[in-house]
Amino acid sequence: MVTTLAPAPVSASTRPPAARRRNTHLRKRTLVNYALVAPALLLSIIIVVIPGILTLLFAFTDWSGVGFNVDFIGIQNFQDILADPVFATSLANNIKWLVLFLTIPVVIGLLTAMLLLRRKRIRTFYQVIYLMPYVLAPVVNALIWQTVIYNPNGGVFGLLGIQPPTAMTATSLYAAAAVDMWHYWGFLTIVYLGALRQTPVDQVEAAIVDGASGWKVFRHVYLPSIRSTLLLMGVMTVIFSFLAFDYVFLLTQGGPAHSSEVMGTYAYAFAFSSFEFGKAAAVGIIMSFFGLLASILYTSISRRELVR
Amino acid sequence: MTRALKGLGAQLILAVFAAIALIPLVLVLINSFKDNADVLSNPFSLPTSLSFDNFVTAWTYGQFGQGFVNSILLTGTTVIVVLICASLAGYVLAGQKVKSWPAIMVYLTMAMTVPIQLFIFPLYSAVAALNLTDNVIVVGVILAAINMPFATFLMRTFFLNVPAEIEEAALVDGVNTVQLVRTVMLPMVRPGLITVGVIVGLNAWNEFLISSTFLQNPSDQTLTLGFLTMNGTFSTDIGTMMAGALILIVPILAVFIALQRFVVDGMASGAVKG
Repeated sequence: MVTTLAPAPVSASTRPPAARRRNTHLRKRTLVNYALVAPALLLSIIIVVIPGILTLLFAFTDWSGVGFNVDFIGIQNFQDILADPVFATSLANNIKWLVLFLTIPVVIGLLTAMLLLRRKRIRTFYQVIYLMPYVLAPVVNALIWQTVIYNPNGGVFGLLGIQPPTAMTATSLYAAAAVDMWHYWGFLTIVYLGALRQTPVDQVEAAIVDGASGWKVFRHVYLPSIRSTLLLMGVMTVIFSFLAFDYVFLLTQGGPAHSSEVMGTYAYAFAFSSFEFGKAAAVGIIMSFFGLLASILYTSISRRELVR
Repeated sequence: MTRALKGLGAQLILAVFAAIALIPLVLVLINSFKDNADVLSNPFSLPTSLSFDNFVTAWTYGQFGQGFVNSILLTGTTVIVVLICASLAGYVLAGQKVKSWPAIMVYLTMAMTVPIQLFIFPLYSAVAALNLTDNVIVVGVILAAINMPFATFLMRTFFLNVPAEIEEAALVDGVNTVQLVRTVMLPMVRPGLITVGVIVGLNAWNEFLISSTFLQNPSDQTLTLGFLTMNGTFSTDIGTMMAGALILIVPILAVFIALQRFVVDGMASGAVKG
């Protein structure tokens, strides 16, 4: 720790030669500062942004993913995709996914966070348990559910005599979403609890003194206080719902008969099964478009938060 | 009376959700010790004897020895690259030391929301053309780039909490920027480094889409990918699959419980991807 406090630097304007020296010194510092910020930015630009821009270009070509044999084919990829009924299913499934994730985990997260707010002693214990599925790998979580829960031979569903929901067209999407939500809701508990703890105590006490019921305190004090967190997590949920991939790919591969196909698995199949990188890029762009809408919203919200 | 009832109800609700989170993991634990006949009769029954055969089979066929090495190399690469780059950038952004800092903040916010599916296809082709697929270090660097924006934001907030006087005093003492960051600033944000390291480390260790696409060769597969290849051969052997799952779960939960304060704090700041 630095303990010596040197005298304040002499005002630069009163001593011109020193000021000049200080200026070059400052410029050197600025250069050093740009050098410090450069590795993070360059890595992100090279690995994320440039390939991202290439995707925008390749979406208008018939590129196979290897070699330089590329033809510009205009909006053919987009026309093909929009005419494909599997794409319509995928888009509808992404929207169902979004509705599920904006309701079930949010309600559970809010409920558990509110219950933990006043219970300081058991808070850590429950937070750790609730987060356990969240810190495990999607591969592990998906295979646990597939092997010991959904499995008709020896799994919990087999014991109950229920057909595996991943293998039926009516339930396959929900079977994958259930595992993803099981792994996800604890994260919302932690985020909401962190936000709820920022609520000014005097506001809560004033409401209780006024005789407000528990529900009214929640509705009129806590909920407005965590509004920005709810909104931000909501926007994040919108973005990630359109990008859903892991749990669908691992549990159903989009099947049976494309019933659980989402845009993520649909694009992946184009790229790595039929080697139509142009089409995969086009689907990637459509997915990102929904994310971009939410992302613009997110940027404006978080900038407003920064100013506040 | 109603207060006591309400309290009891609340405890019950919390316990039910704890059970929902834990039951699948408990099933892994009890079934990993059972042979297949025992599992098939009832997955909820407790094992009658303590047999480690399933673990030996899982370890061998899941190539977990190789998998641990690869996962540690990959995660280590990601964490080191992220900690170095994100803390340097976070320091500059927190101090508003470059004129274009608002533009950089906007860029990072946008970059944080760029989906993997928007850049994975050309990135894969480029990496394949350079003969760099099946390389855990390359995948580690790619995951570092993906985690960079959020890690930079988190490091920035930790640097914002360092009192300006400390930095000014050091500057007056005549240290240069590199010395300042290394010997004064970084020790001040050690909790931040741990938080970012743990969260980014978990992200890298658990990642699926990029790893499975870029690491196809069995000898280069991470722990989770090795476990996934087991699924084809052992999908009917529940005991072995659960033993494999337990081998993957225990180290992660041990690290998580040991460092839970940092994980929870980092997540509560609300800047983490799901």
